[in-house]
Amino acid sequence: MINAWNVLKTRLRQGHRTTAWPEEAPTFPDRFRGRPAIDGTKCPEGCDDCEKSCPTQAIRFDPGIRLDLGRCLFCAECVNACPEGAIRYTADHRMAARNREDLVLAGNGAEMRLAAALDAKMKSLFGRSLKLRQVAAGDCSGCALELQALNNVVFDLGRFGIQFVASPRHADGILLTGPVTKNMKLALQKTYDAIPQPRLVIAVGACAISGGPFRGSPAVLVGADNPPAAADPLPVDLYIPGCPPHPLTILDGLLRLLGRLESGGGHKL
Amino acid sequence: MLTAQNGESFKIGDVPRLPPSKFRQEILDGVGRGLRISALFGIQQENRTIGLFCVLAHDAENKLSVLSTAVTGRFESLTPDCPQAHLFEREIAEQFEVVPAGHPWLKPVRYPGGTPFFSARGEELHEVAVGPVHAGIIEPGHFRFQCQGENVLHLEIQLGYQHRGAETLLETAPAHRAMVVAESIAGDTVIGHATAYCNVTEALSACAVSPRAHALRAVALELERLANHVGDLGALCADVGFLPSAAYFGRLRGEFLNMLMDLSGNRYGRSLIRPGGVLFDLHPRMADDFLSTLNRAGREIHSAADLMFETPSVLARLEGAGTVSEWACRDLGLVGPAARACGWTIDVRSDHPHGAYRFAHIPVSTVSGGDVYARAMVRRLEIERSIHFLESQVRDLPEGSQDLRNTCGARPPRRMAVSLVEGWRGEITHVASTGEAGEIQRYKIKDPSFHNWTALSLALRETPISDFPLCNKSFNLSYAGHDL
Repeated sequence: MINAWNVLKTRLRQGHRTTAWPEEAPTFPDRFRGRPAIDGTKCPEGCDDCEKSCPTQAIRFDPGIRLDLGRCLFCAECVNACPEGAIRYTADHRMAARNREDLVLAGNGAEMRLAAALDAKMKSLFGRSLKLRQVAAGDCSGCALELQALNNVVFDLGRFGIQFVASPRHADGILLTGPVTKNMKLALQKTYDAIPQPRLVIAVGACAISGGPFRGSPAVLVGADNPPAAADPLPVDLYIPGCPPHPLTILDGLLRLLGRLESGGGHKL
Repeated sequence: MLTAQNGESFKIGDVPRLPPSKFRQEILDGVGRGLRISALFGIQQENRTIGLFCVLAHDAENKLSVLSTAVTGRFESLTPDCPQAHLFEREIAEQFEVVPAGHPWLKPVRYPGGTPFFSARGEELHEVAVGPVHAGIIEPGHFRFQCQGENVLHLEIQLGYQHRGAETLLETAPAHRAMVVAESIAGDTVIGHATAYCNVTEALSACAVSPRAHALRAVALELERLANHVGDLGALCADVGFLPSAAYFGRLRGEFLNMLMDLSGNRYGRSLIRPGGVLFDLHPRMADDFLSTLNRAGREIHSAADLMFETPSVLARLEGAGTVSEWACRDLGLVGPAARACGWTIDVRSDHPHGAYRFAHIPVSTVSGGDVYARAMVRRLEIERSIHFLESQVRDLPEGSQDLRNTCGARPPRRMAVSLVEGWRGEITHVASTGEAGEIQRYKIKDPSFHNWTALSLALRETPISDFPLCNKSFNLSYAGHDL
């Protein structure tokens, strides 16, 4: 009896905590490193300081500056290296894309193409109820932690009808994290094969997309989109960049895939 | 033995090179006197000789001892007389072509498959195999249980699925890449491993770090501890089906991640710590916000923890579950909260203080019993003490916002440095040595999980298999940190 009273008292004290997003815009601290913005017109002739500073070769000149979000770790090196302030981080958390090449940002002011919704048939299958199976294949656990965080009361993934499930047999798709270690290749393939068709593949984080900091290590197969010739690449339906992506970046990507976000970010039921 | 302090560098030539039998005996004698093996690893040398190096932690005297030997082919295993060495020797056998003769269970550490599991036979016995892909959002690993009915007789844990080659990358990659690899050794311990990496790098190149940068590193390390300890208490509540506190702790964990994001722009503190100091300062206005958040979150944690620790149905599940005895704890050389829950007073922050911990001490939290309850209670106590430490650090940060990051010079040749950091799971050890041109010749990482996984096996003995998730969560070890 006393305990029941304590439960109620603590419940009242803890309050309601679920974020007002997507009805309201999210707030991030000043230093938050969301989607980068590049202004190629500021690049001095012949300067490649940012390219040299990048630990994962996410930046290249061809001939204008290009930044690959699939490789970007969202560290501060390029911003600090640039003498002209041509690269800066915005507070925009939205950056998931359907195509690998959409992750490459240009310095010519072109808007990034955010993830488009699934086609009508897939949307009618998964739009209101999506069950996903996560597979960590060499992730440091950073991405997995942010996926777990989606289950807490702040982000509350369940309110959108999306759920992480224990068995691939119950899943509509796979959430892949990590650069796919050689030691996880077989288990990943078996898990994927166990998911009934049609199925989705969602690559979460720089490692799953491009190998991240482990790209080039002989122990890994370099992410979902670029395995060596011997491995069958998984057909990726959604790329969610970050190291790790903020929970709202992941949620934004999932809801866009399901066609449940207007382009501005408002929630459409 | 060469005596060194945490975060010091020394000439490799000054490390005594003993004959293998003397090396073995010195370690046995040291461990007999209460020293712990903090690291034991090989370095490839000319011909087919392997240099074996051992770092012994002398916790009571705040110092480290380093000794070495050279072996080829076979050497006498320490493990039969010193169980602490068991996984280190398996790792050495896997990384180099040497055999620790007499090792009772010589199997690969990071290359699963191909070797049989320990098995028990009998009419009433059965085997349960779990993993590498598990039911939740967790990392991969394989668990093999030998059971009699519900009761677990033995659990063998085979890891390695997360092996990404982190040590090799730290030896070969350019500095800016190595730094992000160090931050990704274990994604829940970004600050712990980044600090250990920078301490080693700074020790090798004799780079001084300003007191303010040291204090900010300590602030980040305690925020990381708080986020993880609070999250673990919530996960324990979820595993015993007590959802109110599970929900509150789950949300409160985010408060500390968000403080790390306020400071560094990333919820796990990535890009904060760099060789020579830190990249971000804590401005006075942010410090005020930190203090009020700490105060509020501290009170909310207190109320959620009171509810947890005063609910009889929770205590009934935690008490007496997954017990590790005190002798097993010392035999295996456990570290961190798992060791302190067995009543062992070890904590790098007070035994081998580095950076800001040399000036501000955190009392060591110990509980006796060695069960899930004790591991939960150690976390609760450490949460309170970390909050007090943070409040005092944030209130009185050392002056010096202008030299937060100093440049590190070139590394001299043929030197070695050892760094110990008390991550939230326990003692992180990084050792680096340089070659003829000052290049990194060997980089050795030891995550606390490397010591503690075996404790989970022992905790499961004579325990119902249905308690496995609870026991596992009470340790919450890193797969990636173990697999490297």
